[in-house]
Amino acid sequence: MASADVLKPDHASQRKHFIFTDEHEQLRDSIRRFVIKELQPHAEEWEETTFPDSVFERMGELGFLGLDKPEAYGGQGGDYYTSLVLAEEIVHAHSGGLAMGLAVHTDMAMPPILAFGTEEQKQEWVVPAIAGRKILCLGITEPDAGSDVAGIKTRAVRDDVTGDYVINGAKTYITNGHRADVIVLVTKTDTDPTLPTHDGFTLFLVPMDAEGVIREKRLRKLGMHASDTALLAFQDVRVPESAVLGQVGKGFYHIMWELQGERLIGAAGCVAGAQNVFDRTLQYAKERKAFGREIGHFQVIRHKFAEMATKIETARQLVYTTAWRFQNGEYPVREISMAKLYAARIAVEVADECIQIHGGAGYMVEYGIERVWRDMRLNRIGAGTDEIMLDVIGRSYGL
Amino acid sequence: MSEPAPAPPFTAEHERLRLEIRRFVTERLRPHADAWEAAQWFPNDVFRWVAEAGYLGLGLSDPVAAAVWVEELARCGSGGLAAGLGAHTGIALPPIARFGTEAQRERYVARGLRGELIAALAITEPGAGSDVAGIRTQARRVEGGWVVNGAKTFITGGVRADILVTAVKTTQDGGHHGISFLIIERGPGVSSSALRKLGWHASDTAEIAFDDVFVPEENLLGAEHHGFYLIMANFQWERLLMALGAVGAMQVCFEQTLAFIHDRPDLRSQQAVRHRMAEIALELQAGRDVTYAALRRHVAGEDAVREVTIAKLRTQRSAFDVIDACVQIHGLDAPAELERALRDARLGPIGGGTDEIMKEILGRSLGL
Repeated sequence: MASADVLKPDHASQRKHFIFTDEHEQLRDSIRRFVIKELQPHAEEWEETTFPDSVFERMGELGFLGLDKPEAYGGQGGDYYTSLVLAEEIVHAHSGGLAMGLAVHTDMAMPPILAFGTEEQKQEWVVPAIAGRKILCLGITEPDAGSDVAGIKTRAVRDDVTGDYVINGAKTYITNGHRADVIVLVTKTDTDPTLPTHDGFTLFLVPMDAEGVIREKRLRKLGMHASDTALLAFQDVRVPESAVLGQVGKGFYHIMWELQGERLIGAAGCVAGAQNVFDRTLQYAKERKAFGREIGHFQVIRHKFAEMATKIETARQLVYTTAWRFQNGEYPVREISMAKLYAARIAVEVADECIQIHGGAGYMVEYGIERVWRDMRLNRIGAGTDEIMLDVIGRSYGL
Repeated sequence: MSEPAPAPPFTAEHERLRLEIRRFVTERLRPHADAWEAAQWFPNDVFRWVAEAGYLGLGLSDPVAAAVWVEELARCGSGGLAAGLGAHTGIALPPIARFGTEAQRERYVARGLRGELIAALAITEPGAGSDVAGIRTQARRVEGGWVVNGAKTFITGGVRADILVTAVKTTQDGGHHGISFLIIERGPGVSSSALRKLGWHASDTAEIAFDDVFVPEENLLGAEHHGFYLIMANFQWERLLMALGAVGAMQVCFEQTLAFIHDRPDLRSQQAVRHRMAEIALELQAGRDVTYAALRRHVAGEDAVREVTIAKLRTQRSAFDVIDACVQIHGLDAPAELERALRDARLGPIGGGTDEIMKEILGRSLGL
């Protein structure tokens, strides 16, 4: 018997979750190596300049922009988990803005084109987007319609003579809005007040160089400085009928569908981001001395790390279990909302605690910790606020 | 719509078992909860009922099935009953099953699983709680065995137990390398008395005194002086059981509260209530997912100290907060069962290793 039967803790061992295979781990390694070597060194510079378009080209060349996309369009044909791996490893760039710019391209704008687009549309936009030669963005939010997506006012009116549509309106907080080649645009096409609230919306693929598309201004923001965020105006923008994406009048449903996958990817990024700043802070706590010892060896600091580790592990299990359901063909809106809500919250909490443990150093730009907090803060607002998530969860129980 | 697949490590077979157990618990146990709580005791026969239904030994054949049992047992409406059963089957018998000799297993485990004998695990002492290495109960070597003197406290099932699986000092210094386990049968020199407590009323929690108790050689459990490993080994399972129990308790209270709100149009229309319930549902799901992850690793035979510690820490305070929120939503309409669940849940952050001890373990696992 005895002690030989009892497992000794091995805290350095690999903790591979059951959803991942060895192939996923290899992919993880190769993405991480690339990110640390080619992206991370530029993080500070890109905070000032935003990251260059060449990042898309380089990642397209490496096959990282279409990991879970069909091979027929130049993707790698991987499962949903491969996109989780990318979301997790990109955090090593230490640039939330970069991660967001990429995610909008691969996980927000691309899925609806693949799901609802015609073959021509996929050839025209998805193929070059996976290759990194064209950049995508998504236009939902408007100056007067944020969480309340049904309040969108951008109008697309059909010209019965030519069959073209003429678009007028404004979109704001559009990530990649300045650099994008095309926007997946949510418009209202039928204003009949007797329609159900979510009917009468239509998606369009609008080339950003079309006449009447105005990139109004680069919006300044709390964090995510490496990304470009645009206010866009559409003034009599004329597009052919072939620019309609999916079914006329069904745009709201199309976009709601795609938000689910995006939320879970975002949640995975939050968990990985929290883990990353946790690891950096743990290192700091083992080196930084105060009152004669490493600060990590003070009990209250040790307990802070225990609490953070618990939050991160919990969020990770929420995300992975939900991803497993998603990959299995379930459509777990409730669980996705929970994972998104919790991961975003704890990422901000962990980043804040990491600033606290760093003390003055945490407040300084040089250490990169305050940037994590600023970047993470968006996750409680973007892609559905905390309050919208709570509403979705509560309503799922008939409340 | 077909039922979604159960998350690993549970199988469709386990989900069938879950429904069976749920029925047993709600039909055979739950109707007695109020009376047993009031009596501060449940009859020893209950062990036999559970044994006859085939659920008492689940943990020794399939820990995943035992996990199902513990989750569903939360539906009995008495944390004390769940604890009383769990102390025997999930905490006291497993070390004998795992580390005992053939004769010990036959004499204690086999009878214990038939509900003919009740066991309790006795570690904590008046002067040594979280600091297990500090126990002082002394076993002095004599011809053919040991003589034990000392005291134990907060021993669940300790009033009724026929045997006490007891941690004792077998060296003068004790500590990590001087603790052994003895299986002490109730007899001359063993006395116990019940303690009153905030919750867990249906269970008997004992203060136990050993006064020159002779324990024969063959009742040494595991290797002499290696008792600390035994304690550590079983802590993982005990903590997992607590995490599963908390998940089960949250589930029951959530369901009750949801049903209550659906019957109350004035509450159902309130956004604050909707969000409160969403927060509760999130706590439940978070606790469940993090606990199942630890369970997967544990049943796979891998080291799961960190995962189990996290699951225990994540669920205990959370269950108390969740049930408190359920009470708040009910207001003064809160049924006795919910108020009882709140008292019962308060032990979670204390028993089986306090939240603070969990943080110590986690922090040290990070090299701090």
